[in-house]
Amino acid sequence: MVKEKIRIGCGAGFSGDRLEPSEILAEKGNLDYLVLECLAERTISLAQKRKKENPLLGYDPLLERRIKRLLPILIKNKVRLITNMGAANPLEGGKKIIEIANQLGLKVKVAIVHGDDVFSQLNLKEKTLESGVPLSSYSSIVSANAYLGIDAILPALETDADIILTGRVADPSLFLAPMVKEFDWDLNSSLLGQGTVLGHLMECAGQITGGYFADPVVKPVPDMDILGHPILEVSKDGTGIISKVDGTGGLITTQTAKEQLLYEVLDPFAYYTPDVIADFSKVQIEEIGKNLIRISGGNGKPAPQTLKVSVGYEAGYLSEGEISYAGANAKERAILAGEIIEKRISKVFDEFRVDYIGISSLHGLELSKGYTPYEVRLRVAGKTLNPALSTLVGEEVEALYTNGPAGGGGARKYTHQLMGVVSILMDRDLITPKLTLLEST
Amino acid sequence: MKTKLSKIAHGRAGDKGNTLLLSLIPYDPLNFEKLVKNVTEERVKAHLSHQLKGEIKRFVLPELKAIQFICQDSLGTGVTTSIAIDTHGKSLSYALLEMEIDLN
Repeated sequence: MVKEKIRIGCGAGFSGDRLEPSEILAEKGNLDYLVLECLAERTISLAQKRKKENPLLGYDPLLERRIKRLLPILIKNKVRLITNMGAANPLEGGKKIIEIANQLGLKVKVAIVHGDDVFSQLNLKEKTLESGVPLSSYSSIVSANAYLGIDAILPALETDADIILTGRVADPSLFLAPMVKEFDWDLNSSLLGQGTVLGHLMECAGQITGGYFADPVVKPVPDMDILGHPILEVSKDGTGIISKVDGTGGLITTQTAKEQLLYEVLDPFAYYTPDVIADFSKVQIEEIGKNLIRISGGNGKPAPQTLKVSVGYEAGYLSEGEISYAGANAKERAILAGEIIEKRISKVFDEFRVDYIGISSLHGLELSKGYTPYEVRLRVAGKTLNPALSTLVGEEVEALYTNGPAGGGGARKYTHQLMGVVSILMDRDLITPKLTLLEST
Repeated sequence: MKTKLSKIAHGRAGDKGNTLLLSLIPYDPLNFEKLVKNVTEERVKAHLSHQLKGEIKRFVLPELKAIQFICQDSLGTGVTTSIAIDTHGKSLSYALLEMEIDLN
């Protein structure tokens, strides 16, 4: 039976997002679906790495915590969960959910969407979208995941699964899939463009409810400490109304929506997803009440024949050190310290930079002209493929304690392994989405 | 009269690989045309010359009353491999808002 309206909440906008807003949505949002979007471009490569080290891992590191807290509420209120927390290992993530359901004594079915891992199908002659050089020129490739779309998620929604767990799918598809299922939209309809607009507005959760928007001087947002996450009510004709649970903090206005609408959009006239080429340029946003906006006017053309594939590679090490200076001549002492380190070691690194936090670390020197801070933190960073150099910057910065300018304090050193990501396009006919069903006992 | 963009507009920065995306949205829709006239690709490139190393493309969106800048080669090497503190370039929305324009 085709529904007139459905309600979809977005409880998480990235892997590390807060847990509480999703519980409030599941409990009080009167939802049909809850979406947790937890997979950024880089996140999946890091997950692939964890899977390599332990084949039972590679799903989202917070999956267990989120599911334990949400599952009883979801089952009680009959809210279906759609989430990409499967990350690099949806099958093991699905087993973990069943294990939790069994522990809690809950009857749960999980539909697992996979087939996005195309590592074995990579053609190393393929040129990357970012740099135009072939994949073979990247040192050590560790992963390749295609962005699947609603065609992969719809078969999972057609089952009676309580939870739909995916790996890499396009973020807006997590929201578009239930719309297409419940309203029986044609897969070539321009409604898929409007549905993608709605999904894009929702996918970063708190970013449309005033989080990452607030500026107490010009854009004040009330009760940020209890920021609510968004609820989308979509009608059969594609019109969407975005709101949040009463009593939560935050703000939903045309301003918060416009910032989110254009966020990470390379071409507002042609936003490519696996489902549609969406046109965001004529979207209408109307404030119809307090924290209540109506969205219409999204458009679209049929889906492209190619899918984007994120390819992860090992990109060496980031070696960092920091130390602070304060009071008279703080800036001059920090600059002297930076110059000392630069003379000593900059030449052995592939990339090297010196930042003066409080002066120039974010936007360079030009925009900070005329400002004199009381304290300055020196930060030095170097990139190298050589593991033996991976701790050198931190060691040299720490050594400023006895060898450097006066008054340096609070030294810290860090070393991170870098995982790079580049993209290629792959013909969608080469990629076969898969569905696996699991059930608790 | 010279005015900082931060007085009349807001925006958000996003990233796709080594491409920086900056939106610019007037608080008062009546200021949209002034932004279109003054905040050109050339002026943005000059204002953020230390950061923006590649081609800049501007999308003007009259229905939304918003502008979007697509700046290639502008995030070191991009979020996954940049050695900058702000690897995403998220704080750069406020660097754009430091630009001064003539409101008359």
